[in-house]
Amino acid sequence: MRITDFDLYKELLAQKSGLVITPDKSYLLDSRLTPVAKKWGYASLEAMTMALRGVPDRKLVQDVVEAMTTNETSFFRDTKPFDIFKDVVMKHMLDARQGQKSLKIWCAACSSGQEPYSLAMLLKEMGAQLNGWRIDILATDLSEDILDQAKRGIYSQFEVQRGMPIQMLVKYFKQDSERWLLNDDIKRMVRFQPLNLLEPMTSLGRFDIVFCRNVLIYFNEDNKRKVLKGISERLESDGFLFMGGAETVLGITDAFKPMQGQRGLYITKGGKHDVLGAAE
Amino acid sequence: MKSCLVVDDSRVVRKVARRIAEDLGFTCEEAEDGQKAYEACADNMPDVILLDWNMPVMTGIEFLERLREMPDGNIPKVIFCTTENDMEHIQRALQTGADEYIMKPFDGEIIGNKFLQIGLIEPEQLNQG
Ligand SMILES: C[S@@+](CC[C@H](N)C(=O)[O-])C[C@H]1O[C@@H](n2cnc3c(N)ncnc32)[C@H](O)[C@@H]1O
Repeated sequence: MRITDFDLYKELLAQKSGLVITPDKSYLLDSRLTPVAKKWGYASLEAMTMALRGVPDRKLVQDVVEAMTTNETSFFRDTKPFDIFKDVVMKHMLDARQGQKSLKIWCAACSSGQEPYSLAMLLKEMGAQLNGWRIDILATDLSEDILDQAKRGIYSQFEVQRGMPIQMLVKYFKQDSERWLLNDDIKRMVRFQPLNLLEPMTSLGRFDIVFCRNVLIYFNEDNKRKVLKGISERLESDGFLFMGGAETVLGITDAFKPMQGQRGLYITKGGKHDVLGAAE
Repeated sequence: MKSCLVVDDSRVVRKVARRIAEDLGFTCEEAEDGQKAYEACADNMPDVILLDWNMPVMTGIEFLERLREMPDGNIPKVIFCTTENDMEHIQRALQTGADEYIMKPFDGEIIGNKFLQIGLIEPEQLNQG
């Protein structure tokens, strides 16, 4: 790929999705965008690049962006954060929200749905403790294709084996030969909605718990800071943020501070958590 | 060091599973059918058993029934690893006392995750593999 073409995509991706792409990844542009060019009827990737320099179709831009994002995910990804969700975060919320009996959770880059559905199953498992509670799980992603997939709630054998305890599979899925269909009562617990994290999020309202995992890792520092600031404004004062295993707020923003001994868990700067120790 | 017994009538599968378990820090024994596995357990109870379903002499599910009746037979975590991939088999395995169930084909990541979930290893041990 010519360097000027590379720059065009670099610019476009940074602007539209926040994805940072470096020259050593230029082969990825070739391999992932050639099929997009074909789908849109361009003779070559160069021809599509030319079109993108003009006034490109909004949907073409979306296709380019989606082709370049990584959708890798799994049920109960990394296991530990979901233990922390249950044992630390929900323990706090059961107490703190006992009066209003309502809880709002946001999965900010939900991919094909495994993350919000894992939370839905965990909450279902808590059973009677949450009797009478209104629980809202909002799951958003940039990619509308991946959201459609998420809404269907149909997974392959490989996908349901990655990270999900077998009891959960037996309890919450039906088998259809090689495919596993998530039960409606779990599907109904999650609302899906398209959202680009680079765009304003104020219309979403406020949340008690936010999962923003394995997406900021692809962003530059400015965008990371911007998104984290946005999330901190969406969080209740005693709210929690989960980030991915390779991500951190340290050196990027002081809107959040890590919880001591709870890897991947953050609270807001002024967060009030009397019982829980937060790092200074 | 924790120990793992790999039970499968295919030498190739045993070798693959053994490699994975060893990478996760387990010492390994192998058995080619339920009977051999039973004898190995009478000799020395392992911490975890990776168990095939269909094998000559004694099947995996028959072995599991006997294992759970042995003294200390409740100690090992038992993970089925089988091509049987339907709900009936999974439910029967769980009712008989299996702790986890893997549908073949499997890979190191799937096994590692199951080990983690049933408390056989810590997250740090996963990343080394
Ligand atoms: C690697 S997946 C992570 C999924 C899940 N959170 C997890 O940790 O397993 C990253 C997701 O972020 C989405 N994404 C990338 N850029 C985004 C943006 N600017 N706004 C919203 N979602 C974005 C991608 O479409 C993809 O589904």
